[in-house]
Amino acid sequence: MTSRTVQTLDRVVIRFAGDSGDGMQLTGDRFTSETAAMGNDLSTLPNFPAEIRAPQGTLPGVSSFQLHFADHDVLTPGDAPDVLVAMNPAALKANLPDLPRGATLIANTDEFSARNLAKVGYPANPLEDGSLESWHVHPVALTSITVEALAEFGGLTRKEKERAKNMFALGLLSWMYTRPTTGTEAFLEKKFGGQPEILAANLAALRAGWNYGETTEDFASTFVVNPAPMPPGTYRNVTGNTALALGLVAASHRTGRPLVLGSYPITPASDILHALSGMKRHGVTTIQAEDEIAGIGIALGAAYGGSIGVTTTSGPGIALKSETIGLAVSLELPLVVVDIQRGGPSTGLPTKTEQADLLQVMFGRNGESPVPVLAAQTPADCFDMALEAVRVATAYRTPVVLLSDGYLANGSEPWAVPETADLPAMAVDLAAEPNATDDAGEPVFRPYLRDPATLARPWAVPGTPGLEHRIGGIEKADVTGDISYDPDNHDRMVRLRQAKVDGVVVPDLEVDDPTGEAKVLVLGWGSTYGPIAAAARVVRNAGHAVARAHLRHLNPFPANLGAVLARYDRVVVPEMNTGQLAMLLRARYLVDVRSYTSVRGLPFTTVELADAVSTTLEEVS
Amino acid sequence: MTTADLGMPVSGLQNVPPLPDDAPRQAKRDFTSDQEVRWCPGCGDYVILAAVQSFLPELGLRRENIVFVSGIGCSSRFPYYLDTYGMHSIHGRAPAIATGLATSRPDLSVWVVTGDGDALSIGGNHLIHALRRNVNMTILLFNNQIYGLTKGQYSPTSRPGTVTKSSPLGSVDSPFNPVSLALGAEATFVARAMESDRAELKEILKAAAEHRGTALVEIYQNCPIFNDGAFEVLKDRSQQEARIVRLRSGEAITVGAEDDRKVLVRQGSGVMKFIAEEQAETGEKGAVVVHDPTLDDPSQAFQLSRLDTPDMTHVPMGIFRQVARPTYDDLVRSQVDGAVTAAGGPATDEDLTALLRGRDTWTVG
Repeated sequence: MTSRTVQTLDRVVIRFAGDSGDGMQLTGDRFTSETAAMGNDLSTLPNFPAEIRAPQGTLPGVSSFQLHFADHDVLTPGDAPDVLVAMNPAALKANLPDLPRGATLIANTDEFSARNLAKVGYPANPLEDGSLESWHVHPVALTSITVEALAEFGGLTRKEKERAKNMFALGLLSWMYTRPTTGTEAFLEKKFGGQPEILAANLAALRAGWNYGETTEDFASTFVVNPAPMPPGTYRNVTGNTALALGLVAASHRTGRPLVLGSYPITPASDILHALSGMKRHGVTTIQAEDEIAGIGIALGAAYGGSIGVTTTSGPGIALKSETIGLAVSLELPLVVVDIQRGGPSTGLPTKTEQADLLQVMFGRNGESPVPVLAAQTPADCFDMALEAVRVATAYRTPVVLLSDGYLANGSEPWAVPETADLPAMAVDLAAEPNATDDAGEPVFRPYLRDPATLARPWAVPGTPGLEHRIGGIEKADVTGDISYDPDNHDRMVRLRQAKVDGVVVPDLEVDDPTGEAKVLVLGWGSTYGPIAAAARVVRNAGHAVARAHLRHLNPFPANLGAVLARYDRVVVPEMNTGQLAMLLRARYLVDVRSYTSVRGLPFTTVELADAVSTTLEEVS
Repeated sequence: MTTADLGMPVSGLQNVPPLPDDAPRQAKRDFTSDQEVRWCPGCGDYVILAAVQSFLPELGLRRENIVFVSGIGCSSRFPYYLDTYGMHSIHGRAPAIATGLATSRPDLSVWVVTGDGDALSIGGNHLIHALRRNVNMTILLFNNQIYGLTKGQYSPTSRPGTVTKSSPLGSVDSPFNPVSLALGAEATFVARAMESDRAELKEILKAAAEHRGTALVEIYQNCPIFNDGAFEVLKDRSQQEARIVRLRSGEAITVGAEDDRKVLVRQGSGVMKFIAEEQAETGEKGAVVVHDPTLDDPSQAFQLSRLDTPDMTHVPMGIFRQVARPTYDDLVRSQVDGAVTAAGGPATDEDLTALLRGRDTWTVG
């Protein structure tokens, strides 16, 4: 063993990049779990192509996973990696532009063959032509060392042995950053329990990677990143989609109503369907529908029957569900519509993130069709917002749209898991008896007689004797719910439905302004929470005052929003669209907000937002 | 014929609570809502409504456990006129909504009312998938071969050449045969009835309600405004005997009056053909086809559905297919119930906390 130094770092950003078939997402997930177990705070950003297996070794086939971990609270997956693991020339070419000079590059030399180099247009091998001299390059023959380490596994083909190279890379990085591998060993035992030779080979590759680090002299030091101080509690790492699924189940548990999901597979929402289909033990029914329209129809039918009806989709699916959302507005039944936004229009960028469905979910229906709109701000917040969506839907008998996006869906962070008893109470009242009397004094049921406080109508489910009634998408007479074409009644019903949504009680907007002297407010919504908070930290560390606030309720807005906006000389609104929230704010509050937008399919970097804020600060100083 | 006669294990109404024995007898008026019926005078829908209202008491169910879900179109106003639970939804989507309801509520008798445009055009996808899944519900498809509520355009069942507002030179669309379509979509119960034959209609409705799975009943219905007389040759007493082929389980398939009866035979090539009764007796021109809706292979039922031609020379009526196959909703519920039972009963607070924590946790402080 060679003697080497141990350096302590406060934060590290690692990016694993390889071919779609190289197992980079799995490698990243495992490194993340090990890091979470170490007690670091962290944030992750998977980035992969829409194609399941693009042609091997090509730029379109590159898949990557970035992890930012630190001894302090982490707000973003990091602007740029400190370490890039490039499994082939394509991964190097696609990711080198993001790698700052002086950063570390670990490259799998075995894949840098003339053929693979030619595939991505390298005229010469960059590992040998001196073009990478500004970076710390560690050439490692990852594939051949892995195959050599697995020589004793006679029952495996060379291809099968090569496939374990991601475990070798994981072992090497685990050694470099002093991560325990016991969690990964347990994971592999579960995954390959039925294939003992494959299991043994993967474990051997993992150990070989670790041992390679320890024995080779190529690496001058190992690194330690100490645990981050976090509030006491039990933690797990969670992606947005997992947190959202758990939130829906928790809401079902708290309301005492069964959860029924109607859903059609669509990226990046399908993982919620997968997760919930495995939670039958919690009384969860999942129905994979024949199309997006059926998905929401099934959810609405279940809601009519007294279940928590949920449909999950992405932007294209919302377009198809619009008519049924309108029906739910008219029926005034609880329904949760989850939109995991992705790049659009049309098929757009299925695996990339965007925030461009806000106006679609606000207004993309015929007629005056208001629905409450909520947006989660971090992966873990998807749990809380799923509960909130069910609360609003059931309390006000209305469809609710919950917005997330591809970044939150697949990104992950540590989550302090709540105790069930600490979750909000969510009692749901089903109508049980007549609620009025007719002219003759006989008790009758009026399906559109509203609760004066919430304007919600009764939720009277089939099977309840004496409450037989008919509902539908034709305009209904106030109170009785009978068909009505009366002009005054229609005007009244349109305004009642609007008033009900406007009256949804939402928490006030909290403003983060540590000095209380800020003249500029940065206001965001959704997954820009992390980048905005990180940018505000940069600006404040440079000695400037800036205020920051984040909307989780987009319809209705928090009651204090107008007053908050009026307090600042400038309001900057960063969005991953071309200014949709900005348009709503201008229309509603007549405030000349500054829109800062980017639609690159990737989250904002901290640096670009800090620059944008600084530019505005200069204007008001 | 009922499902019990067929030795089927479970009725479609199995989990729906019946009326208590001491409950007053239900009558048609118990299922009649207070809403004014707003179909055109002479519409066939009135006849079907009356038949359904007078049939529902025969089920012996509590009104609150019956739900009618409809789409859009003239027929889809149906739920407003029944004093049960009802939802008038959106165009074509009723089978999807009913799937969510029926799967989550086994205690309900779920009915879908739809039309030829609603079920076969805009809602075609939901219809075929409901049939293939075999969700426990009954679909009444009113076929008047025209779009009525939009004031008279040709529909997916209009005969070729039909002159309408949107086909002034005659429709060039090739129509669906709803029975053939349903059989191709793996339906387990398919029947056809005439709106005007109330006795036959009620018998089929009862068999459909008691069928466990998706039952599709096509009902020929006259639109007096935009397609009047579409089925007149079947209603005309002088012609109906020569045209209507009544399907009766266990019997030979015949058409025509006693003195001119024809019998359906299967020829060596497999082709089905009507031949004179006396010719059929020799067996030389083919084997007499005996109707058996319980055949697992849908081929014979499909062949029968093809006897129907646009000119209505021969139109089979009755139950084409009636077979037992596990229903989607039963299977879904058994998976959920099985998981809950295996875990020791409904999830407790501790069970939820364990779910939220997952396998990989760490503790701070």
